[in-house]
Amino acid sequence: MLNIKELLDKVKASPYREIVVCAPHTGVVEFAGLKQGDKVRGPGGDYKEKPGTLLAHLTREKNRKPIMAPEKGNVEVIHTRHEGQFVEAGEPLLTIKHYLTRKEVIELILQEALYLFRAPERAKYYFVPEVDQKLKVSGKRSVKVHEGMEFLIVSRMKRETPLAYSGPEGIIYSVYFGRGDNVDEGEPLIGVCPEDQLTVIQDVVARIQSEWEEEA
Amino acid sequence: MDVDKRIQSLRDRLTYISDIFADREDESVRLLTAKFGELLERHASRPGGATREELIRMEDLFDFSERKLDTTLTPMDRVRIVRHPQRICLKDILENVYDNYTEIGGRGEYNIDPSMLIARAVFSRRVGEKVINQMVMVIGQEKGHGESFRNGGSVKPWGNAKALHYMKVAETENIPVHTFVFTPGAYPVEDWPGAAQQIARNLYELAALRVPVISVFSEGGSGGAEAVGLADRRIMLSHGYYSVISPEGAAAIEGGLKLGVRATPELIEKCARQLCITATDNLNNGYIDRVLQEPPLGARPYHYDFFRELRRELVQATNETVSGVKPMKLFRAMAVRDSKSDDAESIFMRWTLSPTSLKRLVEARQRKYRAMSRHARMDGTGIVSRAVAAAKGSIWATHSFVRYDLLGRQKKRLDAMFEELGAEAHLVRRKLLMPLKKGVDRILPGNSMEQVRAGEEVKERLTRLSCPEDGACITGSEWAWISPRSQEDRTISCPNVRTHHCPDLWVPDLFGDFAGVCPSCGHHFPMEYRWYLENVFDYKMSKEFNQQLESVNPLGYEKFDLKLDKAKEKTGLKSACITFETAIEDVAATVAVLCAPFRGGSVGAAEGEKFIRAAERAGRKRQPFIAYVHGTAGIRIQEGVNGVIQMPRCTIAVRRYIDAGGLYLVLYDTNSYAGPVASFLGCSPYQFAVQSSNIGFAGPGVIVETTGMPVSPDYHRAYHALQRGHIHGIWDRREVKKNLHQSLLTMGGRNLYYR
Repeated sequence: MLNIKELLDKVKASPYREIVVCAPHTGVVEFAGLKQGDKVRGPGGDYKEKPGTLLAHLTREKNRKPIMAPEKGNVEVIHTRHEGQFVEAGEPLLTIKHYLTRKEVIELILQEALYLFRAPERAKYYFVPEVDQKLKVSGKRSVKVHEGMEFLIVSRMKRETPLAYSGPEGIIYSVYFGRGDNVDEGEPLIGVCPEDQLTVIQDVVARIQSEWEEEA
Repeated sequence: MDVDKRIQSLRDRLTYISDIFADREDESVRLLTAKFGELLERHASRPGGATREELIRMEDLFDFSERKLDTTLTPMDRVRIVRHPQRICLKDILENVYDNYTEIGGRGEYNIDPSMLIARAVFSRRVGEKVINQMVMVIGQEKGHGESFRNGGSVKPWGNAKALHYMKVAETENIPVHTFVFTPGAYPVEDWPGAAQQIARNLYELAALRVPVISVFSEGGSGGAEAVGLADRRIMLSHGYYSVISPEGAAAIEGGLKLGVRATPELIEKCARQLCITATDNLNNGYIDRVLQEPPLGARPYHYDFFRELRRELVQATNETVSGVKPMKLFRAMAVRDSKSDDAESIFMRWTLSPTSLKRLVEARQRKYRAMSRHARMDGTGIVSRAVAAAKGSIWATHSFVRYDLLGRQKKRLDAMFEELGAEAHLVRRKLLMPLKKGVDRILPGNSMEQVRAGEEVKERLTRLSCPEDGACITGSEWAWISPRSQEDRTISCPNVRTHHCPDLWVPDLFGDFAGVCPSCGHHFPMEYRWYLENVFDYKMSKEFNQQLESVNPLGYEKFDLKLDKAKEKTGLKSACITFETAIEDVAATVAVLCAPFRGGSVGAAEGEKFIRAAERAGRKRQPFIAYVHGTAGIRIQEGVNGVIQMPRCTIAVRRYIDAGGLYLVLYDTNSYAGPVASFLGCSPYQFAVQSSNIGFAGPGVIVETTGMPVSPDYHRAYHALQRGHIHGIWDRREVKKNLHQSLLTMGGRNLYYR
């Protein structure tokens, strides 16, 4: 059994994710004058049309290209020794310390705690009618799945085939796909939670919801 | 009770006055406020309330102050007047001016577009002993008194489509159309049928609508106004405005403001003054026919005298229009011209016109617009060359007439007859000879093989449209003109690198061999207009005309002379429009190019005139007419209404050309927005775009500003325009010439004689 408490403590001890911004290709680096501890923000806007904070420029063959921050966070390390130097692809330029948001923490915990049933191929997925009905009427967490149970329909190019569940027995805790969406291969479809752990997980999620302070 | 009502009405008048003079310290306003405050106090403290005399005195004071304030109105004050919720709206006019009306297809907010109101209205008049009902179709924007669902009179495309529908209904029923322009501009959504394209369609239809159209302008904002404003007679209310853009919009452009930043009131005030938007300005420039005087500080719903005046004016304007084209009018026409007072009511004139009169009416309307905005451009052509051009024009017209109409028609008829006969003969021969041939083939089997092969080749040639392997991308130095940017020794990244993982491109390759097209994803980098001139239109061999028409600064807009001079120097052009005659694969064509480097390709009086002349020339010479839009930012705002009037003018020219049976083809490149797209470009039945171009009615900034809704970054992409039905095809830059030639051979009307 997974020790959720331990996991939570681990997250709490270091509620950050470190994002290393590397040079995407070779070129001469020119930093944008950020200092350690400076705040940067990621792309914003309804369509992510506003680019994030400018971190540096990389010039290759007189083609000066900007490098933008991928996420919100603080600048942890800047490798200023590269300033004006030629770097190779993959050379770390900056490290951004990204404070985990509430959603990310929940996601992190769930990914660890739940059994994720992944899509075997790129297709559209639907629940079989009985399961669908049950999910709609009584909500998630009302459906129990067990090994070999046919619970999904794989729909691809108008060919519909049933899909059997494989994995530990448990309750459908979260559904990661929408009706009619194409799901890529290897993407999680559902998260399954063993019945005895349900209360624990719910408890943890509730605690994170209320306790986790989001950084402004 | 009566006293309370009168006090309430005084309070309304005071709020109105203080709203209009919002940011101005004025002695009269202060005095009125103080006096009214005293009156209220007395009214409250005394048991009987304010006396009759006091009220009358107060009302007199209000009348006096309003008259006094009226003389101090600035253009921006007038803008505030027309936007005020207390201003008269179309419903008020329908109630008070017409004798009866039925609203069509709408009840408050239950309407396809509540901001466009259509009504069948009636003038009941007593002429002699009889009572005569005269029907009109009333079409106009309805602002309501501050009702939010009407979008402040900003019409959505489907509202304009509805207006167009009922214009046509009026045409079938042969009743005059009265349009009322109460709009700050059209609503910039890009749904089907398209904001710009629908306005273009309206203009196109209005250009030759076979009924009298009278329009009344109160608030005329750019494209939205033009959608219903192209009329035989244009009356303007004295406190209204008619402009290419709102003063705020002009200030935002002038100040170079970013999204979300507001322009200062002083700048807005200045722009309002410079744009020459008032009724007097427009009358002086010749864009409206009459100004109707309003009561001091503008008409409000209780100004019944004003409604009577408006009624008289409408009847008279309709009478004048009708009498102008009627074959039998005797001295009623004179009486109509002379009537000053309520006499207009007593002169009866049937408003239904005969087909010949309607034809004359449309011609008169087209002539009227053709003559506008002569003062707003400079024609540097000498008298001699002008005379030569005029003489040449008539020679071409005669030549075309003799060659194509007189002789050509007979020849065509003969050709058609022979074709038919030939086809008959072919069939007969086939029927008779086939059995014989089969017999021969059976004896000599080798014969048939060869025939099949030839047939296949022909079949392939006939069914194949384009074949990239034939060298769409010309390699080496085969382009006739190569962008100077290809001289740079550097690389450039494709903007689609995120999604398509395009490798960086070496500039000499990209702009030299690839014609600015990313070989990996097909993204088209913006290209200079010279590239198209040389590689598509063969500019070196072509004959340019009207070169001397020059953009000027007709309104004396501040610092605009300098900007124009700079643009002229930078581009070596005199206006944003280049017109020339050329041959595309041996097909002679007239081409008008709007080039972006000259003030964003914006259209002003000179550009419009050049465009019209090109269309006329194409018509006279029986040539296809191609409009290549390298880019256009819209109408040139610094020319005010001189610019916006080019929308109906050019549309009329295009309409005349298409009606004469030509082929009008539009090709968009880079970014094309606003006015031109919403008029003479958008009305073309054949519109194509070069890949990666953007087409729309309003840019993303304007959409956010006016509707509050952000749009996705790829909102205006050509593919979306294609999806919405705005354009009819997307072309690769390297295949433009081929596709143009193909279109010339397959599209267009009866007047194209090269086929």
